[in-house]
Amino acid sequence: MQALREIRSRTVVLPVKDVDTDQIIPARFLTTTTREGLGDGLFYDLRFNADGSRKDDFVLNRPEARGAGILVAGNNFGCGSSREHAPWALLDFGIRAVISTEIADIFRNNSLKNGLLPIVVDTSTHAWLIENPGAELTIDVAASTLALPNGRTVEYPIDGFARYCLLEGIDQLGFLSQQAERIAAYEEQRPWKP
Amino acid sequence: MTPPTTLFDKVWSDHIVVDETADTPAVLYIDLHLIHEVTTPQAFALLKARGLKVRRPDLILATMDHSTPTTPVHSIRDLAVVGENAARQIDKMQENCAEFGIELLGFDSDKRGIVHVIGPELGATQPGKTIVCGDSHTSTHGAFGALAFGIGTTEVGHVLATQCLLQRKPKTLSIRVDGRLADGVGAKDLILAIIGKIGVDGGTGHVIEYGGEAIEAMDMEARMTVCNMSIEGGARAGMIAPDDVTIDYLNGRPMSPQGADWDKAVARWRSLKSDDGAAFNKSVTLDAAALEPMVTFGTNPGMVVGVNDPVPGHDGDPSFKKALDYMQVTPGKPLTEMPVDVVFIGSCTNSRLGDLRQAAKILEGRKVADGVRMLVVPGSQQVKKAAENLGLDRVFTAAGAEWRESGCSMCLGMNGDTVAGGQLSVSTSNRNFEGRQGIGARTVLASPVTAAASAIAGRVADPRPLL
Repeated sequence: MQALREIRSRTVVLPVKDVDTDQIIPARFLTTTTREGLGDGLFYDLRFNADGSRKDDFVLNRPEARGAGILVAGNNFGCGSSREHAPWALLDFGIRAVISTEIADIFRNNSLKNGLLPIVVDTSTHAWLIENPGAELTIDVAASTLALPNGRTVEYPIDGFARYCLLEGIDQLGFLSQQAERIAAYEEQRPWKP
Repeated sequence: MTPPTTLFDKVWSDHIVVDETADTPAVLYIDLHLIHEVTTPQAFALLKARGLKVRRPDLILATMDHSTPTTPVHSIRDLAVVGENAARQIDKMQENCAEFGIELLGFDSDKRGIVHVIGPELGATQPGKTIVCGDSHTSTHGAFGALAFGIGTTEVGHVLATQCLLQRKPKTLSIRVDGRLADGVGAKDLILAIIGKIGVDGGTGHVIEYGGEAIEAMDMEARMTVCNMSIEGGARAGMIAPDDVTIDYLNGRPMSPQGADWDKAVARWRSLKSDDGAAFNKSVTLDAAALEPMVTFGTNPGMVVGVNDPVPGHDGDPSFKKALDYMQVTPGKPLTEMPVDVVFIGSCTNSRLGDLRQAAKILEGRKVADGVRMLVVPGSQQVKKAAENLGLDRVFTAAGAEWRESGCSMCLGMNGDTVAGGQLSVSTSNRNFEGRQGIGARTVLASPVTAAASAIAGRVADPRPLL
């Protein structure tokens, strides 16, 4: 995972609540055996008609969305399945942060492990972001802040360990592997064995 | 005196390898890792890239369920039906399991099935265990008093390599269901009503513990249906304290402890319950007796009403309106006026023997309405065999339904079993998301008896007159 210190980008706004992982990446794209190329399937059924033609009115298909790296979405983004293909698809498409008033647990965990930043903000900040699509934001990962173009800076909550891993580009498997001796000791000493 | 603790606290603290601190999450030991073909290839690739081994192949239960065809298939040669990518994924699963020394319950195994059906069926799922899988419906196994939750593929790699996960301790939510469910109202109706009450994000950040008279009165299959859909309420895990029902279910299963180990295990399992006065972060109560058969009318499982109740209005909420438009439902009217194209009985929510028996009882001597396609997909090859021994397959086929091999099938439509665009499906699965069962498919979630009654009526129907 690459180190992530700052994101400066425009937003694209999808003002829909409860966007589930089946919408983010439909199940028929999950037959892949790699992580690459999933951006093509991102929001596929929202971006394309059944005959394969583009839905030009969908936000991510509009010209102003091109290059926007921050997705602002309605409450409870990423609910549903555990498919890590959802953050893989968003990243492959060029999205580096998702902002909502709530982000589903498994999606949030999966995002953090891939360098996609899940950001939860208060309802008034969220309302401002929804009303101002295309706003240029600066996200400071070390400070856990979001700077809006109106001069406001908003702090967002993030687990300290997850932030450290993002900042240093640390992969958590390395950290976990260093615990090998303690894991072996636990297995040895536990009173019952699975 | 130690303060009273919850069932969740007991299982959590029993698996702590390294305590969590302000700076680092806990290292949590995993007792059972369920794996399937869809969410593992990238995890195995990570292990290969780093030259890592699978730490405990003996704690893995591996099968194939998602991409697998449910049309009768007895050899790998028949796999062309599911498409090139799915076939490659299935090949990869067999290759990876062989390379890393993991026993795979594949096409040649009569133990194959949906991972959340076979874990309990084989006795691998046990009280007090930590259980994970790259699948959000891992919450199913909490019905046994296990701490069971879905993880992503990166975490699947962590468990393969270290048998552990880095986790922050979640909060707890108590859901108590008083009273008894009426005839024709089952576990599926209860969990849909719970999600309708707490909302699809009501459990986010929490582990649910279900209790109360209605839960205690349920058999294990019904408890699994309830815990299965915890994730649809936002909770990664749902748990039910083990009792005699749990212990009777596990007694004699192939992977259950045997002999003296069984007695020791049972003694330990009996201690797994929340102490009197244990504190939960949130609590909710429901009255089971007040519930009716439930059906969803929108595009998430929280958009749910009684089968005869009118669909509510959107009150200016654009997301709600979008869902009603997608479903082509009319506020103020009940769903019972809507014609049905497809009925699906199956999925990790409702594909066990009891589910099939209930549906068969409704269908016996009756016919699926003209123009309705009904698919019955048992949860495992064991369920299939048991159902055939009871003659249920003949009840379904005589009624005009299709009887299939086991698998996830039309729940998420990645194996070729799909609902066509615009068609209305009454489904016993767990998600009515847009496009879940096929592009443009409209899904109404319901219990097995409501689904069976709807197949006969050719429209969404209350099962109670047919009981």
